[in-house]
Amino acid sequence: MAETKYETHQHDVLVIGAGGAGLRAAIEASAMGLSVGLICKSLLGKAHTVMAEGGVAAALGNVEPRDSWKVHFRDTMKGGRYLNQWRMAQLHAMEAPARVNELEEWGALFDRTKDGRILQRNFGGHKYPRLAHVGDRTGLEMIRTLQQHGVHTGMQVYMECTVTRLLGDGPSGAGASRRRGRVTGCFGYWRENGKFVVFEAKAVVLATGGIGRAFKINSNSWECTGDGQALAYLLGAELMDQEFMQFHPTGMVWPPSVRGTLITEGVRGEGGTLRNKDKKRIMFDYIHPLYASETADTEEEADRWLAESTSGVASTARRTPDLLPRDIVARAIHTEVKEGRGSPHGGVFLDIFSRRSAEDIKKKLPAMYHQFKELGDVDITKEPMEVGPTAHYTMGGIRVDPETQETCIDGLFAAGECAAGMHGANRLGGNSLSDLLVFGRIAGLHAGRYAKATAGKHVDPAQIEAFAREALEPFDRDEGVNPFAVHEDLMNVMQTYCGIMRNERDLKTCLKELDRLKEAAARTKVVGGNRHYNTGWHEVIDLRNMLIVSEAMARSALARKESRGGHARDDFAEMDPAFAKVNHVCRAAGGGMELEAAPLPEVPDEIKKVLLEEDR
Amino acid sequence: MAHEREGAGSSATKATLKIWRADAEVAGSGELVAYEVETYPGMVVLDAIHAVQAKQAPDLAVRWNCKAGRCGSCSAEINGKPKLLCMTRMSTFAPAEPIVVTPMKTWPLIKDLVTDVSHNYRVAKKIPPFAPRPRDADGRWRMQQEDIDRIQEFRKCIECFLCQDVCHVLRDHHETEEFVGPRFLIHLATLDMHPLDTVDRRPMIKDEFGIGYCNITRCCTEVCPEHIVLTDNGIIPLKERVADDFYDPLRWIARKLFPPKHKKRLPVLPDAEPARPLGVPAPANRAETVDAEE
Amino acid sequence: MADKVVRLPVVDGLGNTLRKDNWWVGPLVTFSVLSGFVVYATLRAFEGAHYAWGPYLSPLASPYFETRDLGVPLLTPAILILPFPGLFRFTCYYYRKAYYRAFALTPPACAVGGRAQGHYNGERKLLVFQNLHRYALYFALLFLVFLWHDFAKSLSWEGELGLGVGSLVIFLNCAFLTLYTTSCHSFRHLVGGSVDSYSTAPLGALRFRLWSAVSRLNVDHMAFAWISLAGVVLCDVYIRSVATGAIQDVRLL
Repeated sequence: MAETKYETHQHDVLVIGAGGAGLRAAIEASAMGLSVGLICKSLLGKAHTVMAEGGVAAALGNVEPRDSWKVHFRDTMKGGRYLNQWRMAQLHAMEAPARVNELEEWGALFDRTKDGRILQRNFGGHKYPRLAHVGDRTGLEMIRTLQQHGVHTGMQVYMECTVTRLLGDGPSGAGASRRRGRVTGCFGYWRENGKFVVFEAKAVVLATGGIGRAFKINSNSWECTGDGQALAYLLGAELMDQEFMQFHPTGMVWPPSVRGTLITEGVRGEGGTLRNKDKKRIMFDYIHPLYASETADTEEEADRWLAESTSGVASTARRTPDLLPRDIVARAIHTEVKEGRGSPHGGVFLDIFSRRSAEDIKKKLPAMYHQFKELGDVDITKEPMEVGPTAHYTMGGIRVDPETQETCIDGLFAAGECAAGMHGANRLGGNSLSDLLVFGRIAGLHAGRYAKATAGKHVDPAQIEAFAREALEPFDRDEGVNPFAVHEDLMNVMQTYCGIMRNERDLKTCLKELDRLKEAAARTKVVGGNRHYNTGWHEVIDLRNMLIVSEAMARSALARKESRGGHARDDFAEMDPAFAKVNHVCRAAGGGMELEAAPLPEVPDEIKKVLLEEDR
Repeated sequence: MAHEREGAGSSATKATLKIWRADAEVAGSGELVAYEVETYPGMVVLDAIHAVQAKQAPDLAVRWNCKAGRCGSCSAEINGKPKLLCMTRMSTFAPAEPIVVTPMKTWPLIKDLVTDVSHNYRVAKKIPPFAPRPRDADGRWRMQQEDIDRIQEFRKCIECFLCQDVCHVLRDHHETEEFVGPRFLIHLATLDMHPLDTVDRRPMIKDEFGIGYCNITRCCTEVCPEHIVLTDNGIIPLKERVADDFYDPLRWIARKLFPPKHKKRLPVLPDAEPARPLGVPAPANRAETVDAEE
Repeated sequence: MADKVVRLPVVDGLGNTLRKDNWWVGPLVTFSVLSGFVVYATLRAFEGAHYAWGPYLSPLASPYFETRDLGVPLLTPAILILPFPGLFRFTCYYYRKAYYRAFALTPPACAVGGRAQGHYNGERKLLVFQNLHRYALYFALLFLVFLWHDFAKSLSWEGELGLGVGSLVIFLNCAFLTLYTTSCHSFRHLVGGSVDSYSTAPLGALRFRLWSAVSRLNVDHMAFAWISLAGVVLCDVYIRSVATGAIQDVRLL
């Protein structure tokens, strides 16, 4: 075979993924005067961050002065069922306000309070109104702000470029040593023409987002195929907490075309209530013991809380159960539907029209209004929405050092949804956008420091040859299966056997099915001849990544014999204290995947004190 | 004349799509190809294209991301009108009529429905970024909702570039080097009206960015999927602001008599990148072309 | 050449489009109605008579200046007046859209090929005066005063308060013209659109309220443009008709 042709680019820091975390990391590294490359699979500014709606959680204390990082930290740990890396949750809560204020310096325009500061709204699991927001398009505002600031910092943006492999100079995959060699760059191709490209870099930051596309009903874009997790895993890094998949309680359920499309929690933050087909508010029946002391148990109290907390009065009432954390609400809806109290198309009703004026709804939730009007023929100012759970976010991801976001591979960092640890077993709404900013910056900072302290690295031409061959394989097969069909199959398998309610039998079936799909994926064939913007070919590579992460998810889920946060099993319906002490870690070993139950780091006493404190 | 391959069979639940198939690197390619798909409730054109991709043409190139009208990736022209594929319901078309889906005309074609929109990213880099005044004493900024309502409308922009596609200055007259286009005029309006900003971009809005090319025919407003009223709320107020500084004789005299505190003037930022970073020759839109409609 | 480049579904050229709807209806209607108005106004301008009857004065010749004694050939009271409202409408941000589409064909409709030109200049060269729309507005505001004064006079029948159908027609005309003028984009800019920060600018609260009010009217600027144009014609036709004796004015009060 002839020597592979490719172009080469060199950078100090290379960021893969240009959503919120990637952009923030690239901005930080650029600000250090380093040469930064930013690679994205789509066009710049289209990353899944644009879909974030409700807001960014930060204890600014603009609406509720009692709020502080400690309360935010407590809420986050509680929401994550204490499986979070405490240090990440602490850093996150402490730094989020500065990160949000910084966005304003770069041109972001959040909605305002009466005295001209950033307005904050209520959200699930947050004790106080905490989410800085722009109507229901906060993610768009954030990514556009970062994008517009970022492109002027000198970074080089590589759009529509798919990375198929990370390059490294360590013994990958084998050995039990903690450090597993160094990352030297990455290998990929331009989607436009299929030509290969090699990036040499001293440090690499992965910020590739989630794995929602592995599920039939999901709120994610095509890009969310677990690329970063798979790339890191293939180079020898570890995946952690993969069993925790967040099913957002409110996705659209009808018409079929938009099944799974997200409806912001902001609807409930603005007063929306969940009701079953008998028009009964369902959430009062599903108040988790963990939240019983702080949740209203009558409609009167819930409504009083809403009225007071949104008008800036320090409310004495307790929070409405409609704003319990997402895992609880999603399972409540699942139960209502399963027990026959659902809406006509298999969801429940979300009612905002009887709670707020049409004008308020259009002002505070304009995107929701248009989404339902244009895609669902529903006028949400006049009728309820039908909603049901949709695969939304993976709490798990690449295992990183809480302080620096570095993986167990030298020079390889990860931030945002593709990294694990911050959210534990369940993420609170609004914490993902602050996660992106806080850990994007930390990853960029430490990647920059690492790059400054590191001499140039060289990529191994033999690796490149091998990866080029691997990428082109699907073209060379005389016959094979359609990659789109395998993907469809995978989505059904994960939805059925590894979905919102799991059990041992299903998970074992899931693993068996995944084996079958891996085999099928190895036989996929690209039709259509050339490499120019060949979507079938792109699908083959995404498929490999999704299968790796799906397997880690199923294995971790099988090992966790309890229900906690985003992982629920009907054969182990309760939380088990034994599992409260471990994270599940997956890594490549001996040609397969090995799973380890890694103990959680000890929480220092002063942090324990913060966790136990109550507000006055 | 375009060549058409015909699909076979038809029934009440089926629709025919005619999709432009072309590959910029395959000489002389470019034709409308007919595909038949089964329809279902709520189906949008993007669903139909995905169905074609999954079963009939796996190499069909189309950009998309969110499929909820938020990211602005799936811009194309449907029956000649610039639209988002994900927000156009199949039920809005007569079932018997084939639906013609073509790429955006204004940009160089890459493949099928995918065009090279990199020009827009180059323009974005030329605009001097937001530069706020110093923070208030407590380290924050005060802005009232009424100060920002107006520009929050422009910040809804999802950068689908449909306004750029439909704008005749770019579409018919190809003034891409002289005129930034509606998307960037409303971005400039956002910056000019921002309560905190300290940069005076009006000279470049007039000269390098060519606001005078806009003849306010409002096609940008007509096609905006976010329902931003680009022309009346953004471009016209910006024209008025430029007129304040450059065309109004009374204002000119007033300025001479009472010099105002000026925002600081900055030059347009250099265009650092080559037109096509990948070194692929752009297929010229004005060169050899072909009439497609039957 | 042909094998070097990709073929495109639609090419440059007037009227080229893949649109299947009747996109040409809009510009055709605009073309016809505007042309009709121009023809009518021109004929009336040169007619030089029947501008007034009783207490009524046609908006085409208001304010009224007698031109007969000036000795300028072809000059009529209407010719003296019409350039001002004419300029206001010609430079209007709505009418510009209408005639750039319907007359200049740049472009005739959205996503329809426009008229080819050597080099398209937009409003940069010949049409740069469009930027002075605000001065046309100042005159238009002044004319509103005259026109409302005409309405007041139409209620005065030889010193006594009265009301004819003509008074109502004049009232409607004044009302429509007021809506059209105060919904103008330049007016919106003038009353508050130029402010960046209402909460800190001098008189910011007032200017915000004014700007908001004009903004609400501005949404319907197009409608007001057409209605007021029809109003002017209606008013003039009515007054001419009573002046020529074709119809009789009806006294209501």
